[in-house]
Amino acid sequence: MSEVAVRVEDLRKVFEVPEREAGLKAATKSLVRRKTREVRAVDGISFEIAPGEIVGFLGPNGAGKTTTLKMLSGLLYVSGGEARVLGHIPSKRERDFLRRISLVMGNRNQLQWDLPALDSFELNRAIYRIPRPDFLALRDELIELLEIGDLVRKPVRQLSLGERMKVEIVGSLLHRPQVLFLDEPTIGLDVTMQKRLREFVAEYRQRHEATVMLTSHYMADVEALCERVIVIHHGKLLFDGDLAALSDTVAAWKTIAIVLENGAGDLSSYGDVIHRDGDLVTLRVPKAETARVTARLLAEQEVLDLNVEDPPIEDVIELVFAREAVE
Amino acid sequence: MSATPATSSLPQENRLRSLVDFYVTTMRTAVQQQFQYRAATYMYLVGMVAEPVIYLVVWSTIADQSGGTVGGLSAGEFAAYYIVWTLVRTMNIVFTPYGWESRIREGELSGQLLRPLHPIHYDLAWFAGGKIPWVLFYLPIAVVLTLVFNPTFDVRPLEVVVFGVAVWGAYLIRTFNQTALGLICFWTTRVGALFQLYIALELLLSGRLVPLTLFPEWVQTVAWFLPFRWTFYFPIQTLVGDLTNAELLGGLAMQVFWTVVGIGVFSLVWRHAIKRYTAVGN
Repeated sequence: MSEVAVRVEDLRKVFEVPEREAGLKAATKSLVRRKTREVRAVDGISFEIAPGEIVGFLGPNGAGKTTTLKMLSGLLYVSGGEARVLGHIPSKRERDFLRRISLVMGNRNQLQWDLPALDSFELNRAIYRIPRPDFLALRDELIELLEIGDLVRKPVRQLSLGERMKVEIVGSLLHRPQVLFLDEPTIGLDVTMQKRLREFVAEYRQRHEATVMLTSHYMADVEALCERVIVIHHGKLLFDGDLAALSDTVAAWKTIAIVLENGAGDLSSYGDVIHRDGDLVTLRVPKAETARVTARLLAEQEVLDLNVEDPPIEDVIELVFAREAVE
Repeated sequence: MSATPATSSLPQENRLRSLVDFYVTTMRTAVQQQFQYRAATYMYLVGMVAEPVIYLVVWSTIADQSGGTVGGLSAGEFAAYYIVWTLVRTMNIVFTPYGWESRIREGELSGQLLRPLHPIHYDLAWFAGGKIPWVLFYLPIAVVLTLVFNPTFDVRPLEVVVFGVAVWGAYLIRTFNQTALGLICFWTTRVGALFQLYIALELLLSGRLVPLTLFPEWVQTVAWFLPFRWTFYFPIQTLVGDLTNAELLGGLAMQVFWTVVGIGVFSLVWRHAIKRYTAVGN
C-alpha cells in the first residue's frame, strides 16, 4: 500500500459575490435588495499527488489555482467534494496538519516588518515547537542554501523584493514541511533570483523528500522543476499528466528553426512561417510531416543551420486554454 | 493509492513549555518593535494621557468650586483616580476591531491561520509584551502628574497585589470582548460603527469618563451587571478606593466570570466566523 500526499476528489468552491450596476440609483436599490452572484472558482476537480512528487499547477489568472491551494492548506472551507492532505481534512486545521505543510505566496509578507528576519525565525521556532538544536541546524542549512547570511540580520523592511522572498521562504520551511504549496514564488524576481529559487526548491525537495505543488506564470519554473503538470481553467481540470505528454497531446506540430546561406527566401511551401528574424526563419509543421519537411529543406535549400524543436511550453499552454474556450 | 498520514516532520517540544516559550518570544518581539519606534510610541502615550488630564482638570476645578468635593471626592482623590486611570488604560490596550477589519479585508489573517496556534495567542502575547515599554514610558508621565496634581493615596499591600492581578483581568476581558466584536468583520467588512457604540458604552459604564459614584444609583446598578466596570473602575478602585478584602476578592471573581464569558462568546463566534473566511487579498 503506497501513500498519497494530496488527494482531491470532485473539489468545489463557490463564492457568493455581491453585484450591482454603477451609480447612485443602483447603490440605493442595493440597500433594500442585495443582488449576489455565484462564482464557481473551483468546479469539481480531482487528482492525487504522491509523496515526494513535484507538480506544476497551471492555469490563467482566475483559473482557480490559488483557491485550490488555499483549500488544500486549510485557509478556505470547501463548498463540495473532498480534499485530504497527508490524511488530514485541511479545513479542520489540526495542529499536526499545519505543522507539516507550508503555503508560500509570492506576494505575502509573513515576517515582522521592522525586525531582522532572525527574530521572526525565532518566533516560528516557538510556534512550531521545534527543539532548538533542530531549529538551529535547519535554519543555518537553509540560510546557507539560499546564501542569505548577511540579509537575515537586517530589518525586513530594508530588504529588496527578491531578498525578502528568500527570507520568507526560509521562514516558511523552518518547520521542515512535508507538503509545500508554492503560489507564484518567483513573481517579481529577476532572472538570476528566479533561477536561484528554483534550484533551492529542487534541493529542498530532494533533501527532505517533500511533496511540492507549484503555481507559476513563468514556464521556466515549471520546466525546470516539474515532470507532471495539472492544468485548470474556469475551475475545471483540463489536463493532468507529464509535461512532455502535454505537448504531444495538445500540439500536433513542431517548429523548425532554419538559417539559409542565401538569406531568407519564401519558405511557405514547407510549412507555416511563424517567425522571421533576419536570416532566421521559424516554421511550424505537422508533427507527422517533420522528418519529410526537414529532408526536403536539406535537399532543396542551402542550409547553414537547422533545429527541430517541440513548441515552447507557453504556446502549448496557450493552446490548451484556447481549445477549452472554443469547446 | 490510499490516503495515509506520513510520519511527523520534526520532533516536537512539550506543548505547555512551547506555549510559554511562544508568549515570551512574542513579548520580546513586541518590546523590540516598540523600542524601534520609541518616539512614535511616546507620542502615542502622551496623546493618550491627554484624555485623563482633561477629565482631571475639569473635575478638580469643579471640586474646588464646590467647596472641595464632588460626589464625595476631593480634588486629590480625583487626581489619584485619573493617575491610576492612566496606568490602567496603558495596561488594557488591546487589539481593536479595526485591526480585525484590516486583517480580514486585506487577507492578512491567512498567515496566522496557517500556523498551528490560534491567532488569539499572538494578540494576547504581543499586547502583553507591548505593556513593558508602555509602562516604562508611563512612569515619567505619572511623576509629572503627581507633582502637578497632588493625588491622595492610602494604599494597603493587599490592594497593590489585587491591582497587579486586576489590570491583567481587565486586559483579558477587553481582549475577548473586542475580538468577538472584531470577528463580526467576517459577516460585514466594516465594523467601525459598532465599535464606536461599544466605546461609548465603555466610556459611560466603565468609569473611564467619570468615576461611577458620580452617576445615579440605577446607572451604577446597571454597570455592575455589565463587563465594562471590571475593566476600568474596579482596577482603579483597588488602589484609590476603600474596598474591603471581600470586595477586592469579589471583584477579581467578577473579572474571572467576565473573562470566561468573553472566551465563550469569542469561541462560539470564531467557530462560525472562520468558515466564512475568503482569504482575499492574499
